[in-house]
Amino acid sequence: MEKDKLIIGGHEFDSRFILGSGKYSLELIKAAVENAGAQIITLALRRANSDVDNILDYIPKGVTLLPNTSGARNAEEAVRIARLSRELGCGDFVKIEIMRDSKYLLPENYETIKATEILAKEGFVVMPYMYPDLNVARDLKNAGAATIMPLGAPIGTNKGIVTKEFIKILIEEIDLPIIVDAGIGKPSHACEAMEMGAAAVMANTAIATAGDIPAMAEAFRKAIEAGRTAYLSGMGRVRDRASASSPLTGFLRD
Amino acid sequence: MSEARIDHMTYLPDMENIGSDIQDRVIAAMESYDPEKYTAEDVRAALEKDVLTPEDYGALLSPAATPLMEEIAQRAQAETRKHFGSSIQLFTPLYIANYCENYCIYCGFNCHNKIHRAKLDYSEIEKEMQAISSTGLEEVLILTGESRKMSDVEYIGEACRIAKKYFKVTGLEVYPMNTDEYRYLHECGADYVTVFQETYNSDKYETLHLAGHKRIFPYRFNAQERAIRGGMRGVGFAALLGLSDFRKDAFATGIHAYLIQQKYPHADIAFSCPRLRPIINNDKINPKDVHETQLLQVMCAYRIFMPFASLTISTRECARFRDNSIKIAATKISAGVDVGIGGHGDNERKGDEQFEISDGRNVKEVYDAIKAQGLQPVMSEYIYL
Repeated sequence: MEKDKLIIGGHEFDSRFILGSGKYSLELIKAAVENAGAQIITLALRRANSDVDNILDYIPKGVTLLPNTSGARNAEEAVRIARLSRELGCGDFVKIEIMRDSKYLLPENYETIKATEILAKEGFVVMPYMYPDLNVARDLKNAGAATIMPLGAPIGTNKGIVTKEFIKILIEEIDLPIIVDAGIGKPSHACEAMEMGAAAVMANTAIATAGDIPAMAEAFRKAIEAGRTAYLSGMGRVRDRASASSPLTGFLRD
Repeated sequence: MSEARIDHMTYLPDMENIGSDIQDRVIAAMESYDPEKYTAEDVRAALEKDVLTPEDYGALLSPAATPLMEEIAQRAQAETRKHFGSSIQLFTPLYIANYCENYCIYCGFNCHNKIHRAKLDYSEIEKEMQAISSTGLEEVLILTGESRKMSDVEYIGEACRIAKKYFKVTGLEVYPMNTDEYRYLHECGADYVTVFQETYNSDKYETLHLAGHKRIFPYRFNAQERAIRGGMRGVGFAALLGLSDFRKDAFATGIHAYLIQQKYPHADIAFSCPRLRPIINNDKINPKDVHETQLLQVMCAYRIFMPFASLTISTRECARFRDNSIKIAATKISAGVDVGIGGHGDNERKGDEQFEISDGRNVKEVYDAIKAQGLQPVMSEYIYL
């Protein structure tokens, strides 16, 4: 089998696990990254803006930073955060997160498209977090997104891929890596996403709230690898009805 | 005192009336809230739910819930960790002036209390901020006594501009003002506004706030809404527990925040949970029936009802209570606190304090205490936008 690479904006990655860095102790980030085998780590830029205990000092060298724009309420604010991120030396990757709802933190698709267009033109590798909607995904692609990151469930809920049918449509129709983000609560959810054909999985809360964070990161890595291998090996179809014979067309072979 | 007590429900001429219906809705909800009607079953049923209704929230605040505090605390802890992970935000209040035109009988700054009054000039504010910043803190909460004359909006605005040089996040806890004034202070660098309603019982409020702008209950009540309209990122709510029926006040505080969040879903919501403290020249002021158990009950109820809200634990409480509360419900804690005027670092103390604090630990001590619990101290979580 050819080497299986995840390609985002022309950059190649072997790992398909994008690890979050929020909600847990900074000292545990290194072990989590190692056990996850992660090559991309997300961080809230608002956390990288600190002079004391700056999260950037705890992320192992060689790992690609994926700063997010959390805290932004509209495209303009997301663009400002992305530019600040570049100034702070966080590179050209940016995950657009725009929320106008402090309760459920659901992404604002319309503003996300606007921000994607502006930042893609400025040379960012734009990875928009979105509510899985095919029309929006097409607009994001046309706006220059490098990947599409649909949510599986409201962020932090660990409820799994409750938007499964809609994410399947994106995987089917959109010629960009589809990365399932938010809601992934346990390794089996991550495995399920990969079996569906997702290009990668992003997880944070599920790991941050585990009793043993590095061990849970490892469990996710294994699940993601298993799901990916299953997807590539061509899984047997699951059928609702038995289909042993051809009662209607058997006569053609008589 | 011989002052004529003006009608506390009527706006004064310069006070902006935004015509909001939220006050009526909060008061109606509070008046129909009967803490005594709930049973342990109601409390357990509330705890079973993913998302709590205001009715469920009322159950968590009821006397029936007190014996179930362990279960409540466990649910609160799970919500805190789910929404905030292990992050605990650090900040410190900076009192830049203690002149006050209000006569609030429980407050050390009240205009009839004979204390040393002072107001820092800009260079003194800068020195205080330098001293605070050198401790590693990146968030400051600017406070004044409530005197528009002595601490006008331009003065507070200049303090915000100075703060922007030294801090990532600047909050305000000053007298309520109009929308355009909040907008001005946001442009100067302030990001969030906290206003304590003190008590939501307007009859009680009238007897405690005898004079000054603060006497006007509805103008204070609608401050958060004006602050959001003025562009502030977030707003904070609090009742000063112990002034009136604390269960009803906590209920009203939660409903107030809940309705604001529904109307302005983008706004960040925060709670503080102060209890009454003794003040200079009046050591009879005490939180009465709000003991630590009840305080924790209120904090957990805020957390479970609005799990995404920031919850600040005051230095009015002792180190033991504070360190335990961040394990359960609180997500923000002050450190290196001085509630007088001047006095950070080597700077000279110029004016008296508002109340007695119970946790005098410096920033490093609080930082280490957070770490020791496996939690992550966070100096700044926001970018000024």
